[in-house]
Amino acid sequence: MSNLIQLNNDGASIVENTWVTVQLPPSNVEARKQAGKVVQFKLTGEDTVTETQIADTVIPATGKIIVPLSVFIARKDELLTRISNGEVGVWIDTHEVLADLANNQADLNVLPIIAVHVERFADGRIFSLGTLLRTRYGFKNELRAIGDVLRDQLFFLKRSGFNSYLIRADRSANEALASLKDFTAPYQGAVDEPRPVFARYNRSA
Amino acid sequence: MYKYDKLDQQIVDERVAQYRDQTRRFLAGELSEEEFRPLRLQNGLYIQRHAPMFRIAVPYGMLSSKQLHKLGDIAKKYDRDYGHFSTRQNLQLNWPKLEDVPDILAELATVEMHAIQTSGNCIRNITTDQFAGIAPDEVIDPRAMAEIMRQWSTFHPEFALLPRKFKIAVSGTKQDRAIVQAHDIGMEFYVDVAGKVAIKVWVGGGLGRTPILGSVIREHLEWQHALTYCEAIVRVYNLHGRRDNSYKARIKILVKALGIEEFKNQVEAEWAHLKDAPNTITEAELARVGKHFEAMPYENLNAHDSNFDAAIASNPAFAAWVKRCVHTHKQAGYRAVTLSLKPHGKAPGDASSEQMHVVADLAAQYSFGELRVSHEQNLILADVKLSDLYNVWEKARAAGLATPNIGLLTDIICCPGGDFCSLANAKSIPIAEAIQMQFDNLDYLHDIGDIELNISGCMNACGHHHVGHIGILGVDKDGSEWYQVSIGGKQGNDASLGTVIGPSFSADEMPGVVQKLIDIYIKERTPEELFIDTVRRLGVAPFKAHVYAKNEEIASV
Repeated sequence: MSNLIQLNNDGASIVENTWVTVQLPPSNVEARKQAGKVVQFKLTGEDTVTETQIADTVIPATGKIIVPLSVFIARKDELLTRISNGEVGVWIDTHEVLADLANNQADLNVLPIIAVHVERFADGRIFSLGTLLRTRYGFKNELRAIGDVLRDQLFFLKRSGFNSYLIRADRSANEALASLKDFTAPYQGAVDEPRPVFARYNRSA
Repeated sequence: MYKYDKLDQQIVDERVAQYRDQTRRFLAGELSEEEFRPLRLQNGLYIQRHAPMFRIAVPYGMLSSKQLHKLGDIAKKYDRDYGHFSTRQNLQLNWPKLEDVPDILAELATVEMHAIQTSGNCIRNITTDQFAGIAPDEVIDPRAMAEIMRQWSTFHPEFALLPRKFKIAVSGTKQDRAIVQAHDIGMEFYVDVAGKVAIKVWVGGGLGRTPILGSVIREHLEWQHALTYCEAIVRVYNLHGRRDNSYKARIKILVKALGIEEFKNQVEAEWAHLKDAPNTITEAELARVGKHFEAMPYENLNAHDSNFDAAIASNPAFAAWVKRCVHTHKQAGYRAVTLSLKPHGKAPGDASSEQMHVVADLAAQYSFGELRVSHEQNLILADVKLSDLYNVWEKARAAGLATPNIGLLTDIICCPGGDFCSLANAKSIPIAEAIQMQFDNLDYLHDIGDIELNISGCMNACGHHHVGHIGILGVDKDGSEWYQVSIGGKQGNDASLGTVIGPSFSADEMPGVVQKLIDIYIKERTPEELFIDTVRRLGVAPFKAHVYAKNEEIASV
């Protein structure tokens, strides 16, 4: 049974997952705490991907794959044909920087899918990353939330531009569908509906 | 005040249904404690020392009579017949059952109320001056903008799970009464040289463990851009604020680490993309919301009332109350009244169900059916006729709501503390009560004059102790409760943070410590000098010397 929810024209449904998410091998280097650089204060406490990890990542020889951003950047040459065949997507962690992706892939819409991995459901950076991918970087293809994805965040993910959600394996995607409809007419403009409520309805009537 | 339309009502109704299902799933074991936590917090529900604590939103402190009657009913039906008004102008219940919260929310929704985002790592209730719309020194009534910002921040998808809580205050007066400098974002409205409404934006202020006053990030922002500019600020914070250590996760830490110039550059770069986006506020929307905050249908009254003057002359108790609890009003013949929730020897900010009904009736009869909650934890009737003041006083006094101590030493701002709150290091309410009893003499209190005393039971600073002229902080030392004292804090345009005077004290010592601080003030003050001014003139040293002097030396003073 698939746990993947996908938005479609008349709502949302559970679909088969045709993409394989490529994982980095575990790091045997102790997690390094990077001192926050001025611009990237956020890196404090996050693990750094090592060159060994990138080199040791096993990329399946065939099929549609979503590769980690660090692997995509470092080993792009190996993937060029498959990228042009539309078989390669990229996943990023919430602490990673979108500019690193954009600097290495001029046209993001060459990628059929971008996934954002959220390690803990309470990490709200995923909402800003989705919003920026849609509004700043003009990404139009499938935007997927993966990792600790739970139904009570689905409504916010939808509004932040995500159109597919891989619900955590131990939870029911079927039950989660209901949460996409928690609110009928939200107040503020966001990715899915840029107009705020006062631009959509005549409220002075 | 703002009245819901169908869309507002639909959102709170859908919220009740959503939270009812979340509670059901939690009770059925389908949601773990950790997963339920942010859901219940964003609905104002803490798990506390004795029972859950439930915080009901009072947007920018405005309440109708009908709403306060409902709050009184809820406190009786679901709690122990009382509620606690907080420093964020909200109402807290200390004893509700977790299972009852969906029903309480459903009752609140019938009077256009909710508990949305009253806690949790999200944009919280937006606060403002309790005299908004009626203060003689007001330049802009900020309530329409506060309501527009309330709607914008409600379930904002991008900012649903921030690194930490996020507090916004708005103010439109010459004398700031909303402590805009102690908020994550403070918006100070003014009229610019072109005669247009503009905003001075402060960022990165906050109390808590690391108290910092905010910095100005933008001197001049046209009002239309209030939402998109906030989006730029909160986006930079959401992406870059620390998430590895909750004590270092507020925006003030990020602003301090980057420096205000670098932070400002990042915000401005972000805003370059957001400026003029659809969330830009339109004239039509401001006008629509502003209609709800138009001036009350005031009568044309004389500036004086002879019966009122006679009552002042003949009744010293009434005169004392008027002096402390009645405030000037921009409309001739009207006054604002503060109903004190600080009777001596009772928990500051607490109101019984019966008192809530009394206040609701007073508001209905004398103040156009509306009232406000102040961040000093009192209730305000904003529009009372001069000729009605005597009747209001008699009724308020009968209900224990007319202690003439507003702005005096016993008008203590105080968090619930260790009696109720599981975060607290120490009790705060018994300290407040003991100090009130130490100074239970109105003539003496009036002689001491205007002074603010704030008590927080822990460094989260719900009692705003850093900006108290006297601030008291509960600390834990090896499992027992101690109190650290600071002086020289102040809210307002010339805000400052207090300085700790020295080692902390036991609970028993606290009334005596405050007494010694007051003694030095009385001895050293110049005529017309308030406590805070004396502290600023002399510094901490003489106060510290007296408080920590050995007993025999004091005897010889």
